[in-house]
Amino acid sequence: MAVVYEKTKMLTDKPLHYCPGCTHGIIHRLVAEAIDELGVQDKAIGVAPVGCAVFAYDYFNCDMMEAAHGRAPAVATGCKRVNPNNVVFTYQGDGDLASIGAAEITHAATRGENITVIFVNNAIYGMTGGQMAPTTLPGQVTTTSPYGRDPNHCGYPIRVSEMLATLDGPAYIARVSVHDVKHIMEAKKAIKKAFQMQIEGKGFALVEVLSSCPTNWGMTPQEALKWLQENMIPQYPLGVKKEVE
Amino acid sequence: MAKLTIATEICKGCGLCADVCPKKLLALSHDINSKGYHPIAITDQEKCIGCAFCARMCPDAVIKVEK
Repeated sequence: MAVVYEKTKMLTDKPLHYCPGCTHGIIHRLVAEAIDELGVQDKAIGVAPVGCAVFAYDYFNCDMMEAAHGRAPAVATGCKRVNPNNVVFTYQGDGDLASIGAAEITHAATRGENITVIFVNNAIYGMTGGQMAPTTLPGQVTTTSPYGRDPNHCGYPIRVSEMLATLDGPAYIARVSVHDVKHIMEAKKAIKKAFQMQIEGKGFALVEVLSSCPTNWGMTPQEALKWLQENMIPQYPLGVKKEVE
Repeated sequence: MAKLTIATEICKGCGLCADVCPKKLLALSHDINSKGYHPIAITDQEKCIGCAFCARMCPDAVIKVEK
């Protein structure tokens, strides 16, 4: 019997701490598979964020570092500049990247740092208990917007991919989703492409992955993926936002 | 016939794999693993076509597919 599919060796055997049905696990696997398929496991260095994915350093079977909240692109910048032959990536959530880390990601992008950024957008602060994030949708109920996010009071959500795509620095920016198998396959292609860009020395690559948070959205895993598809994708349209030749 | 190997100890019983199975062959087991979850189980191995949709959807990389 031939193996059709099994867990990649780029992931360790440590069980993931994420809640049941959280799509962080899927995105971890896609990143790990992309690194494995490109054959750069020995050269890969990851930078873990603060947020639900703070323990990512336990799960990826390569060298990993932990950054202060939001500062993963700054740490990755230093790492890549002193180790230009290594493949350096960050894995960040929306609270980490779009809020406290907005300066670091913007400047890493505009400098065109040759790193790969995986940005997981689930429209909420997961680890701290479901507070409103910069990416929370208008009307979305969170613990700090119990009547729904009111844009007149709290402003509008940030479309990070579109915002960074206006800069001259980035080489590749795409938004993907993991709400069904077809989109998971497309997400994998985009993530692999983002690593490929770095290996070819083309510069800054970011993949925004729309993700679910069943626990803090107060839904079953199935309802959460449906909610993502029906509400997040209209607000955050999928596709390649920028790509240099 | 394809063969599924399910790592029941790390399954959290979210059921996302069951939703994407084109043959609807996956269901939560009555057993309970050491973390207190009902792990996923295959109801009819003979009918599995080995598409690996379940394995690609699983957030915890619980499923190995052979064909």
